[in-house]
Amino acid sequence: MDKRKTTNNLDWGIILLYSVFVAIGLLVVYASSHDDTKPFFDYRQLYIRQLIWVGTSAILAIFILVTDNKFYTSFAYIIYAAVILLVVGVFFFGHEVNGNKNWFEIGSFQLQPSEFAKFSVALALAKFLSNQNINLKYNNHKMMALALIFFPALLIQLQGDTGSTLVFLGFFLVLYRFGLPGEILLLGVGVLALSVLSLVIDKFILIGILFFLAGASLYFIKRNRAGYFVIAGLFIGASLYVTTTNYVFNNVLKLHQQQRIKVLLGQEVNVKDADYNVRQSKIAIGSGGFLGKGPLHGTLTKYNFVPEQHTDFIFCTIGEEYGFWGTTLFVSLFLFFLTRILTLAERQRSKFSRIYAYGVASILFFHFLINIGMTIGLAPVIGIPLPFISYGGSSLWSFTILLFVLIKLDADRLAVLR
Amino acid sequence: MDTLASRRRVVQMVFIIISVIFILRLLFIQVLNKSYQQLANNNVLRKVTLYPSRGLIYDRNGKLILFNQAEYDLLVIPGQLKKFDTTNLCLTLGIETASFKKDLLKAYTYSRFKPTVIVKGIQPELYAQLQEDMFMYPGFYTEVRTVRTYPFPAAAHVLGYISEVTPKQIEKSNGYYQQGDYIGTGGLEQYYEKVLRGKKGVKYVLVDVHNREQGSFNDGALDTLAIPGTNMYTTLDIDLQRYGEKLMQGKVGSVVAIEPSTGEVLAMISSPSYDPRLLTGRDRGKNFSKLYADSLKPLFVRPLKASYPPGSIYKPLLGLIGMQDEAIFSNTTYSCPGAYYVGSLRVGCHHSGFVNNIIEAIQHSCNAYFCMTFRRVVDNNKYKTVAQGLDSWKSYLASFGIGVKMETDLPGVGYGFIPGSDYYNKIYGVGRWNSVTIISLGIGQGEIGFTPLQMANEMATISNHGFFYSPHLVKKVDDDTSTVLKKFKEKKIIPIEKKWFDLTVEAMKEVVEAGTGRIAQIPGTTMGGKTGTAQNPHGKDHSLFICFAPVENPKIAIAVIVENAGFGATYGAPIASLMIEKYLNDSISTPRKYLEQRMFDADLIHNKFQPAPEH
Ligand SMILES: [Zn+2]
Repeated sequence: MDKRKTTNNLDWGIILLYSVFVAIGLLVVYASSHDDTKPFFDYRQLYIRQLIWVGTSAILAIFILVTDNKFYTSFAYIIYAAVILLVVGVFFFGHEVNGNKNWFEIGSFQLQPSEFAKFSVALALAKFLSNQNINLKYNNHKMMALALIFFPALLIQLQGDTGSTLVFLGFFLVLYRFGLPGEILLLGVGVLALSVLSLVIDKFILIGILFFLAGASLYFIKRNRAGYFVIAGLFIGASLYVTTTNYVFNNVLKLHQQQRIKVLLGQEVNVKDADYNVRQSKIAIGSGGFLGKGPLHGTLTKYNFVPEQHTDFIFCTIGEEYGFWGTTLFVSLFLFFLTRILTLAERQRSKFSRIYAYGVASILFFHFLINIGMTIGLAPVIGIPLPFISYGGSSLWSFTILLFVLIKLDADRLAVLR
Repeated sequence: MDTLASRRRVVQMVFIIISVIFILRLLFIQVLNKSYQQLANNNVLRKVTLYPSRGLIYDRNGKLILFNQAEYDLLVIPGQLKKFDTTNLCLTLGIETASFKKDLLKAYTYSRFKPTVIVKGIQPELYAQLQEDMFMYPGFYTEVRTVRTYPFPAAAHVLGYISEVTPKQIEKSNGYYQQGDYIGTGGLEQYYEKVLRGKKGVKYVLVDVHNREQGSFNDGALDTLAIPGTNMYTTLDIDLQRYGEKLMQGKVGSVVAIEPSTGEVLAMISSPSYDPRLLTGRDRGKNFSKLYADSLKPLFVRPLKASYPPGSIYKPLLGLIGMQDEAIFSNTTYSCPGAYYVGSLRVGCHHSGFVNNIIEAIQHSCNAYFCMTFRRVVDNNKYKTVAQGLDSWKSYLASFGIGVKMETDLPGVGYGFIPGSDYYNKIYGVGRWNSVTIISLGIGQGEIGFTPLQMANEMATISNHGFFYSPHLVKKVDDDTSTVLKKFKEKKIIPIEKKWFDLTVEAMKEVVEAGTGRIAQIPGTTMGGKTGTAQNPHGKDHSLFICFAPVENPKIAIAVIVENAGFGATYGAPIASLMIEKYLNDSISTPRKYLEQRMFDADLIHNKFQPAPEH
């Protein structure tokens, strides 16, 4: 394909949205981290570093746009394998940050391969599901798709990065869109609900409630034998799950994660460290009021009341300085952005492109869900970045790659049918 | 074509539902919830550090010798400053406008949003007035701190002082200390910093636009209380300490008094001393520089750090080592011709005549007898070489805590110095020295050095007939008796038989009753002691005296060093005995009043009064 045609078909709307988000990111990173005691153009200033990341991201974006899109379709599995190798590599050569060993250190810059794992899974999953012979109705195909998603997720969990692992759950939305029975999505929601409930309610009481529910549904359906078996199976499965969840909670999750989850569930009140972040974050956002305190006038932002404000808690700065109208605008803008990606997805003629687009939307959505949910006290404190906004090179690069591969595929949508 | 196309709407719905939940939640937090609205009303949340009061310090009789008083710091957050009357503020505080403006500029360049201490040490009276005017000065606020207050201008070296933390200490503290915090420096303040300092607290307060506190934030849910430091009971007898300091006025030197049965230090005097009050309050820095520059080094902690040749007060130790190692016997005799001769070498002796036994040798402090003893100790047949003999002698002294680090609870304790074979091998070469080369060690002169604390501990050990507890200054710590003070409960036993100590005590009793230390006699009290003179190559010799009383049941052992005061009996013995009398009898007997007055009056530093040396 010649380049002229590519530029003609570029979706400038989505590029504009991307640029707006990156600009907002720079502004709030500046607001929350600038240090008056150092010169403006000091390399140690985080916004200067972020500016470097933005510049390199632009180069990456251009590079992706001029690359032949066949590269991503043909090499999807190879990219997937390469990223997994990198993730495994950090086990041996990685650098530990905050108890999580998932960084590569190159000079004073750090790189987090797990950020790129999401992109590679999106590619590999698109490649796999776009195959004519694959149908998610078949159990073995389901299993293969799940393995494709959760193998890297497992590796990342082993490195202690629960936040990134959770994002992989987003791929359920992709699987659902492309043929996974809806009941499984419901089952997923059910499992999630049970997990939370089993940490709050005594397991025997919970099993009692489940038993009552099972009995009630048996009474109401009275249809066929299969129904009985399904309900009995569900009941036994749920009971087993409930009894083991506590074990998993106590033995798999790290202490600070346990505390954070307990705080969210209101079980532990006196853990200062764990609830401190959330409280401070809510105070910062809440103090913004309706109109906000104005750009660079966030006092709580200044006093560093909220830890990690330039990374995971960046949304606080938006809340404090721009108020309710600012946060609402931001949430709406993000929703618009996600919707736009879905529109892009649906207009793809290539199944690969469409599936990939859903992958992008799901990843971005899960980051949005967990990150903002955490800052306003609706999700446990699990450190993951807000796409395009949070300070950090690995995340900005990976989101840029994720998005611009989609833009490239979209630009070429009329040219090929795969 | 795609039967699943309708599922797009489900996914879209999920996105919308979550976004709506977020917006509703944000509406609640940012607009509807009142406690956040209060903040949104241009109020400022201020994080105030609550400084705990440091632990109080009492003397052994429960007298308070160190407590706290409130003092205030004025802090500024430059970013919150509004126009205000600088002259008026400076007038209230009694400070110069020019320097205040300079400091303000400095604070501004440091950070617009972080608080900086701008005026320190505001006294309570001034604070009351300032508090009324605070509404005129938005951006400023005050923090309370406590300062150390000394009811008696005494024991400065033992107590130490507090000073601002250095950047290095901040770095090492794992985040506990912050710029502007105070930390114990020197003395008990330093050694027991963690006991005394308590724990800082944090309070979040809401402040309105008029710079008035509007009460605690979130009902104080995030606040932590400051936990006051732990109180301590020292072993010091503050009356004895003050009395000793008075006796030592006008003299350079040290006094250390120990209760032998426990190792508790009753008094520790370093002279010249200074008023501990000089190192608190606003003029702290100025006073410190002055003290630091003083040629008499009043900040130097002599009892712990100064090392003097012990002279004759070391002879009892040499006698003990000699008898234990069978180098001499209790009845070893020696005919002293008024000096010790070996080859062309001559070591003079104040005395001459026949010495019948070790008791007489100590009583008359016969140099010749102890030169002989020392050579027999290091040339002992038990050891192959003189080097081994010397090292054995050294290790005996080490068991007394001499030449090694004496365990105690003050920082910066000195080792003294006991030369071993390594030392002489380095100077003369291996095998190129012998007992004659190092003969001055026989009379406690030359390279050998004891700290005053080691001298007092020597006396305590002998008075105990062979054991001691590490001398220490803290008797009891509230809340924590088990761990901090455990090491001071451990009995240290000297590897020398008790019968040799019995003889030595007997000899030291003779010293006071009929020997060189007669001036120390106190009517009605039995006492043992030993005079000494430390040779001083830079000037007049130092006067030394160690003694203890009563002999049967020792209550106090003491070492006194008066620099450049000549023979031990001149100043050392009177001062030591007066302190013992004061401690045991609470008053000085009439016949000794003249001695007391003479000691009070003697100003050796300015040479106003210099009595003729007596014998
Ligand atoms: Zn003699």
